[in-house]
Amino acid sequence: MAEAEQTAAQTPAQKAAQTASRTAAQTAAVQVRDLEVSYGWGRRATRILHGITMDVTRGHTVGIVGESGSGKSTLAKTLTGTIRPTNGNVRIAGLDVFATRGTDRTGMRRRVQMIPQDPYSSLNPRRTIGEALAEAVDPRHAKVKKHQDEIVHWLETVRMPADTIHQYPHECSGGQRQRIAIARGLILRPEVVIADEITSALDVSVQAEILNLIAGLRRELGLTMVFISHNLAVVRHVSDEVAVLYRGDIVEHGATADLYERPRHAYTRALLDAVPGTAGT
Amino acid sequence: MSPRSRRHHGNPGLVLGLALLGIVVLIAVLAPVFFTGEADALGSRFAQPSSGHPLGTDAAGHDVLLRGLVATRLTLVMTVGATAIAVALGILLGTGVWLMGPRAREVCLRVIDAMVAFPGLLLALVVAAVLGAGGSSVVIAIGVAGIPYFARLTANLAAKVSQREYVRTARLLGVSHPRIAIRHMLPNMAEPLLVLSASTFASTLTALSALSFVGIGVQSPSYDWGKLLSEALPSLLAGRPFQMVGPAALVIVTGLAAILIGDGLAAAANPRTARRAAGRRGARDTERDTPVPRDEYLVDVQDLWIHSGDKPLVKGVSFGIRPGEIVGVVGESGSGKTLTAMSLARLLPDGLTLSSSRMAIGDLDLRWPVPPGLMAETVSLVYQDPGSTFNPALALGTQLTEVLRTHKHIGARAARRRMVEALQAVHLTHPERRMKQYPHELSGGMRQRAMIATALATEPRLIIADEPTTALDVTVQAEILRELERVNDRLGTSIMFISHDIGVVRALCHRVVVMYRGEVVEEIDAADLTVESARHPYTRALLAATPDIDRPVETLPGMAWTPEAAKEHSHG
Repeated sequence: MAEAEQTAAQTPAQKAAQTASRTAAQTAAVQVRDLEVSYGWGRRATRILHGITMDVTRGHTVGIVGESGSGKSTLAKTLTGTIRPTNGNVRIAGLDVFATRGTDRTGMRRRVQMIPQDPYSSLNPRRTIGEALAEAVDPRHAKVKKHQDEIVHWLETVRMPADTIHQYPHECSGGQRQRIAIARGLILRPEVVIADEITSALDVSVQAEILNLIAGLRRELGLTMVFISHNLAVVRHVSDEVAVLYRGDIVEHGATADLYERPRHAYTRALLDAVPGTAGT
Repeated sequence: MSPRSRRHHGNPGLVLGLALLGIVVLIAVLAPVFFTGEADALGSRFAQPSSGHPLGTDAAGHDVLLRGLVATRLTLVMTVGATAIAVALGILLGTGVWLMGPRAREVCLRVIDAMVAFPGLLLALVVAAVLGAGGSSVVIAIGVAGIPYFARLTANLAAKVSQREYVRTARLLGVSHPRIAIRHMLPNMAEPLLVLSASTFASTLTALSALSFVGIGVQSPSYDWGKLLSEALPSLLAGRPFQMVGPAALVIVTGLAAILIGDGLAAAANPRTARRAAGRRGARDTERDTPVPRDEYLVDVQDLWIHSGDKPLVKGVSFGIRPGEIVGVVGESGSGKTLTAMSLARLLPDGLTLSSSRMAIGDLDLRWPVPPGLMAETVSLVYQDPGSTFNPALALGTQLTEVLRTHKHIGARAARRRMVEALQAVHLTHPERRMKQYPHELSGGMRQRAMIATALATEPRLIIADEPTTALDVTVQAEILRELERVNDRLGTSIMFISHDIGVVRALCHRVVVMYRGEVVEEIDAADLTVESARHPYTRALLAATPDIDRPVETLPGMAWTPEAAKEHSHG
């Protein structure tokens, strides 16, 4: 916590430290190896993910696109450790997510944060914004006063006024709530942030706001992010790399501009052609 | 259900309940202080009601009325105690179950189910028999008997709350289970639990009184209402009913108070019933300029207003749809696009009032009541969520042919044949087999095709499609859009297509109506729907804010001109 409070005051120093650490360790923040997930037992088991292997480089954003049933959400849940894979492993900053136990596991969980999809169900209606963020900082006591500076800093980071701290979720618009959810995901300075369809419940204008915010935060904080969406245009807007998921397999993974302009896999082409209102149709 | 939406005034049941309970509590507090001595004093036995003893005296010569009043305290204390046991342990069990692992939870839920199935009073009798007769043992017995029921209902509520994303997020943040329960689950179940507690209070009161009545409850020399009732029974049989009146009336009044409070709380917690009192707007104001019907349009809407109370939601909207035209309606949430469409189908939600100077589809004037059969033949609807438009318990065939059978009076077999043709027309594979299948056996895209087929079956003049592809995948969406296009091409059906997705609207529609905050800001040809050729700044801003898959930009232009955007920018 002390570290975070310090950085609240000295952003330039923090930036310098970040660039230094980035050049020092070009390791992958997330390593996924042969990840297999099945639901059910025995004969009725259905495999959702068929041995996925991918890396997320520190400071990069990887967009995951795919249609319903492709396994996007299952992948997200496995990365956060809520679903146990039947085979393969996930390493966050070199540590195996599913091999850790007890308090290590709690610590591990805090290194991966998720920004949920629905801004209307992601904040407890009976707790103030400050309390929600304080809980992220300190799950045990969740004292707003003690962490006030840090909370205000993060509210300002997501372009929210400091007095939001005393407001309740119903006093905020959908876009504002989503920004608070983003602040809650980032306040722990996680190794990687998982954004699961974070703009699909929003209006276009609010979506633009959130996308711009995410783009800005990526530059400022050097976020490592897995950005999941069914909206190909949105993914293109925020990602460095894109992985296309089809029936539990990654069929194509490449640099964003490359993949969108020169899709190699037939499914990727079909997906891009299906987007209405573009040259494809 | 924000704290602000709870309104207690204007809720006579709640006020009456609270008043009655207040009186009973006052009696419970004061009566034992002032009347204990007099209630225990002995006088003449079996005295008739008199000014000294308004309800007469009992077999031992006690004043019946005073004893009833004095017994209030013990009865209330016992009821509160038993209710507290049922509520506290029930909540603990019900929430605890949801914090367990999935298998342990299943086992616990089944155990609770089994206990709910066991009659509560019987369970109480067993517990009381084990503990021996007496006040405190029946309190425990009734309390314990109430636990499974309360636990089951709490578990149901907790099931819903525990699926909320804030609970999942809290888990990810490493918040411990008891804290999740206290911070996130209980506060969000408080209202229904409170209502439930009130009704549990009422049932506990009667159960306790019953046990005392049969003699395994409170023992002499103590007395509660049940005990008094049991003492009054011989007198009642001997033709002296007065002895019964006091305790019986008190039991009824207290039970009634609890139930009224429970219902009142439920009504206050439900914003829909709370708002109903706000009242509807008066008669529509028809004093308008007589509008000129516009012949080139199939759908002609002029100056449409929709109000919720005094708040206008749609403000003087006018537009038209030509025969065979696909008109898109775009706008963000709250723009009134769905309300406008639903008013065309005469399906406005309750509590909204509508007025317009002209609203017609062909020669059908929608401002006056229209027979439902005629309506069904004129307008068809395709809804957003193909998952919830069909009844999951009925085979598709039954549901799909319903319109034809009801409104077109076509026999079951003929209706089936027509429906199969319609399903073929929308390129649904194996139409014969689909008719026998249940909705969950079809994919979202197939269900939406089936929905479009039903919409076509009545050969309507207008199809209103309200975000029909929003819940679908892009590839499926492309198919459904092609299907709508084909229908429009082949049958010349006009389509009103509501969407928030400008890309979709541009791909499908001929003309587009852009709505903002209940007003039409622009009507534009779909081909002109670009940042360069749109006239209205809102349309341009909306277009600019939509990320383009072919032309990625560093920053998406915000909606600079809107009031909120202006406010947000000043914050940033």
